[in-house]
Order: sequence, then structure tokens, then C-alpha cells
Amino acid sequence: MMRSLVIADLDKGQLAAATYHVIEAARQLGAPCDLLVVGEGCADAVTRACAIAGIERVLVADDPVYAASLAENLAPLVVAVSAGYSHLLAAAGSVGKDLMPRVAARLGVNQLSEVIGVESSSRFRRPIYAGNAIATVESDDPVKVLTVRQTAFAAVEPRGGDAERVELEQVIEAPSTRLLGEQRAESERPELTSARVVVSGGRGLGSREGFELVYQLADRLEAAVGASRAAVDAGFVANDLQVGQTGKVVAPELYIALGVSGAIQHLAGMKDSKVVVAINKDPDAPIFQVADYGLVADLFEAVPELIEQI
Amino acid sequence: MKVLVPVKRVIDYNVRVRVKSDHSDVDLANVKMAINPFCEIAVEAAVRLREDGKASEVVAVSVGPKVVQEQLRTALAMGADRAIWIETPETPETAGLGPLGIAQLLAALVREEQPGLVLLGKQSIDGDNNQTGQMLAGLLDYPQGTFVSGLELGDEEVEVVREIDGGLQTLALRLPAVVTTDLRLNTPRFIRAPDIMKARRKPIAHTAPEQLGVNPAPGPRTLAVHPPEPRAGGRRVESVGELVEHLRQAQVI
Ligand SMILES: Cc1cc2nc3c(=O)[nH]c(=O)nc-3n(C[C@H](O)[C@H](O)[C@H](O)COP(=O)(O)OP(=O)(O)OC[C@H]3O[C@@H](n4cnc5c(N)ncnc54)[C@H](O)[C@@H]3O)c2cc1C
Ligand SMILES: Cc1cc2nc3c(=O)[nH]c(=O)nc-3n(C[C@H](O)[C@H](O)[C@H](O)COP(=O)(O)OP(=O)(O)OC[C@H]3O[C@@H](n4cnc5c(N)ncnc54)[C@H](O)[C@@H]3O)c2cc1C
Repeated sequence: MMRSLVIADLDKGQLAAATYHVIEAARQLGAPCDLLVVGEGCADAVTRACAIAGIERVLVADDPVYAASLAENLAPLVVAVSAGYSHLLAAAGSVGKDLMPRVAARLGVNQLSEVIGVESSSRFRRPIYAGNAIATVESDDPVKVLTVRQTAFAAVEPRGGDAERVELEQVIEAPSTRLLGEQRAESERPELTSARVVVSGGRGLGSREGFELVYQLADRLEAAVGASRAAVDAGFVANDLQVGQTGKVVAPELYIALGVSGAIQHLAGMKDSKVVVAINKDPDAPIFQVADYGLVADLFEAVPELIEQI
Repeated sequence: MKVLVPVKRVIDYNVRVRVKSDHSDVDLANVKMAINPFCEIAVEAAVRLREDGKASEVVAVSVGPKVVQEQLRTALAMGADRAIWIETPETPETAGLGPLGIAQLLAALVREEQPGLVLLGKQSIDGDNNQTGQMLAGLLDYPQGTFVSGLELGDEEVEVVREIDGGLQTLALRLPAVVTTDLRLNTPRFIRAPDIMKARRKPIAHTAPEQLGVNPAPGPRTLAVHPPEPRAGGRRVESVGELVEHLRQAQVI
């Protein structure tokens, strides 16, 4: 019997958008689907989880020991509830990537990363080589452990369901790991991986002050802000804004790249965007090869003009 | 304290890969190979720990055929003290090994070598799996610090700063522990000619799965490899006004 368990992605105790996309991947497996909500103070997330169309059961582990989403105690928890499931799925975000390989190793099975297509219950597609190739892979393992790239799947309906709520009694500590602190970026802007519009800045912005221009355009378009690795390394913005092979993967309706050259590692994170705009003063910048609309210009002149005209 | 650093041989990050016309694989014939950039960062971090007197010995290890000795030599030239080559028939790919099999081999080696810290890359730039370190930690039941951009090694604990979705997270992990590196942990040193000479004299020990008592699990099967959907990009606009017009027409603004 096939049955899937999706590990919900939480953002400050709320159900993150990624969760709805991962459930769509699970739905494509054609099996009944349950959801595991684990964290601290996630009552609201649980209420929403129970309302998602197609979810049969919501397993709840709400305890302070899960506040930091550590793989050290989440993995044994997932393993403990895994009996009876043929598929375990999580979003390919920092929690899922940290957790799912550990779960798979404890179960003695392989794990498939960043799944972008479901071909059957055992056959999946995933990008390799920074997205320059797409592999079709098959797993014979009794349990398939997957992380799912959220941008490759639509979101399921958040309403219409009436799942049964199951409290997990067992609480698992992580005695060898202590949380010393977290620095979470506070932002009123849309979340990068689920935004409809993303404005990204690269080294071409020149400085932290120069990067303000990216924020101004983003505000105008109600867009999320992204960055190249060079912009993050130079300290223009925080690490969680990096788009690319080793940062976040985005696929918005509109992606505007300002002063980004378009290295393969950057393209890996944005080339599935619907419409790509590039503004760069170098006519030979590789970003123009993937841009639907390329403008060769000095961004410090073009962007203020753009802000004025929209 | 001993630090173990698993390093992987991969395609050089500047090379643009091509899929073979029979869709069996990507074409790796005659392409430049190198140490995986994240592994290079891990070696650098380990060598700095020894230079700062916090680690006593840095041991590099690689799983693969004879050619992976080149990457072990790179690690030795960067300052690793010795290396271990776990020989598998061909590349991990053709040997059918996945991250689980690699992690099983590394776990057996950890039990023999007893390092206080295992430092891996967070991800290899070919398979892009981002799994091996977490699996190793799971198999050994060690604490894990993944995607780290900061590292402070103490006697009993290692403090790590992790790059996570919402920002940064700082953890203290009781040793022995597994840590995987992110890009911003350090900038690896430049290798000079004398370093390469010195590295030639450093030992590379040989072992194999049977010797480690491991029959590694087969990885998932790769049925086909295809190029991604091409993007129809390349159109230029002459002015901001023209750009805005197009974006309005496309109904994205
Ligand atoms: C293992 C590995 C992983 C990596 N992962 C990532 C990743 O996840 N994401 C990522 O982005 N990179 C990643 N990189 C780095 C990547 O290879 C590039 O170095 C990086 O993307 C370059 O950033 P950039 O385009 O901002 O800078 P540059 O390449 O320096 O480009 C700056 C651009 O700005 C333009 N410019 C300058 N001034 C102006 C102006 N006034 N007006 C208009 N245009 C201007 C220039 O013409 C140039 O094209 C990775 C690298 C490695 C080795
Ligand atoms: C074309 C192609 C076909 C493939 N086919 C298959 C297949 O059929 N089945 C399958 O399971 N896998 C397959 N793979 C994946 C391949 O076997 C992986 O390289 C391997 O499983 C390890 O995963 P990774 O390198 O992506 O690990 P990651 O988890 O991304 O690597 C993280 C870190 O682990 C360490 N590490 C990884 N590998 C080694 C190593 N060999 N020696 C020492 N340290 C290491 C390094 O520190 C590295 O930075 C294929 C890959 C490619 C590119």
C-alpha cells in the first residue's frame, strides 16, 4: 500500500508556501497523503494544515525542543512515524536538505534531492550539474525519501479539506546540539522563493548603498529581492538572498537581473523564471542569452528611469 | 584532535557540461577535473585549524578510482598531513554508488580513524546531492552542522554558524561531529610550486570497501540524462521605454 508523508515547512511557526507545492508532488504519486507539522507554537499552522484539500491526517509534534528545526531530533521523530509510509517528502529548503539525508541514512535507504518531476511512484527527474542536465532516476528502495523543488510544482488548494489531527506523544531531545542564537532577516517584502516578481542585484551595484536601487525597484513592483553570490560575498546583502546553484532557486513570473553577469551557477537558480529582464552595461554578458528582454545600459541611469515609468 | 576531510573529484566548475547524444550521461571525456570547490573550502578550514593549534592532524580521504589521487595530492599541497584513498572500480557514478554508499564507506573509516571532527563540502557541483555529510552524521549518530560559514573549534564542542533560509543559525555541537561547508566559510589558499613538491612526499594510504568491511548500498539508478529545456532568450531592447512597453504587453507589470 502506498501512502505519503509530507514534512511541513514552517516559517516563524506558520505554514510556509513551499508546503503546498510539496503536497502537489505527493498528490502526483497518486497515494493518500498525510502531513507532519513539527515545531514550537505551531497551532495556527496545524489549523491550516487540516484545511488543505486532500490531506487525510495531520501529525502534530509541538514542543520547544523542536524550535530550532534540528535534524538531530527531527530525524528520529520522522523515522519513528515512518512505518506504513512508502514516500517521505520535504521541501528542498535548508530544513529539508539538512533533515532528509539523515532520515534516509537512518532508514538505510537512498535519498533523492531537488526532485522536479514525478514520473511514477519510483521514477523521478532531478537536475544535476547546476541544472545543465536533468537526470531521470529510479529507486528500488522500500521507502522513497525525497526533497522537492517547490518551483517545479503548482500549489494545492489551501481549503476544502478536513484532516484528522493526531498528536504525537513522543518528545525527542537533541542533547548533543545546543542552539546559541539565530539571526533572522526581518522583511516586509514577499518571500524570495514564492514571489511573483524578483529583482536581483549583482556586483554591478557596486556597494551596499548602490544596492538601495534594487530595493527601490522591488518596492515599486512589490517584488522580492535576490542577489548574486558576488553581491553577498561583498556584503551588499545577507546570505539568504543568494540565488543560484548553491543558494535559492526561484521561478517567478518576472525576474529582473541588475548588474549580474549570468554565471552558470547563478543561472541555475533563475532560468526557469517566466520572463527574464537583464540590465547590464556589458553587451557580451552571458545573462543576455537567457533574457527575454535585455537592455545594454548603465543601471544607475536605467533603473531610476524604469522606476519612474512604471 | 584529528580532522578528517572527505574530498571529491568533479568536473571543473568553469566547464560547461554537455549531455551525450544517447542521453546515457553527460560527456566527461577530456574535460578538466578538479577538487570540488566545497571540499577545497573544507580542506582550507581544516588546515587553518591545525595552523591555529586547534587540530593536530588533517587527513584527506577520497572514494573513487586511481585518478582521485590527483585531488588527494591537491589536499596535501594545501596542507593536509596525509591522505587515504578508498579504491572503488571506476567513478562512484559507474560503480553505482550514491551518497549513501559513500557515507557508509566514510563511516567505517571514521570508526577506524576516530577523528574529532569530519569536515565535508555541503554539496558536490556534479551530483548536486547535498547529502553525504548528513548521511554520515546519521549513520554515526553524531551531531551535524550543515552549510556553515563560521567555525570555532573547542576541546569538547564545535561552534558553527549555519546559512539557513531565513538568515543565520549558530549551534554548539558536542564532539565528535560532522560539519559541511558553505561558500563563505573561507577563501582557499593559492597552491605554490614548493607546496606541490612537499605534497609528493606525503603518504597516501590505500584501502578498499572489502578491507573496511563494507558492502556499500547501490545508489538509485540513472535511467537517462537530458539537456534542460532551452530558453528562447537573447532579444534586445533599445530603451527603458521599450522595455516597459514589452513588460506591459506580457502582463507581468
Ligand atoms: C561552487 C560555486 C558555487 C557558486 N554558487 C553561486 C550561486 O549560487 N549564485 C551565484 O550568483 N553565484 C554563484 N557562484 C559564483 C558565480 O560563479 C559568479 O562568480 C557570480 O554569480 C558573479 O556574480 P555577479 O554576476 O554579481 O558578478 P560579476 O560576474 O562580476 O558581474 C557583474 C556584472 O555587472 C555589470 N555591471 C557593472 N557595473 C554596471 C553598471 N553600472 N551598470 C550595468 N551593469 C554593470 C558587469 O558588466 C558584469 O556583467 C558560485 C561559484 C562557485 C565556484
Ligand atoms: C552523470 C551522473 C550519473 C550518476 N549516476 C548515479 C547513479 O546511477 N546512482 C547514484 O546513486 N548516483 C549517481 N550519481 C551520483 C554520484 O554517484 C554522486 O556523485 C555520489 O553519489 C555522491 O554524491 P554527491 O557527490 O552529489 O554528494 P554530495 O552529498 O553533494 O557531496 C557532499 C560532500 O560529500 C563528500 N563526498 C562526496 N563524494 C565523495 C567521494 N567520492 N569521496 C570523498 N568524499 C566525497 C565531499 O566532501 C562532498 O563535498 C550520478 C552522478 C552523475 C553526475
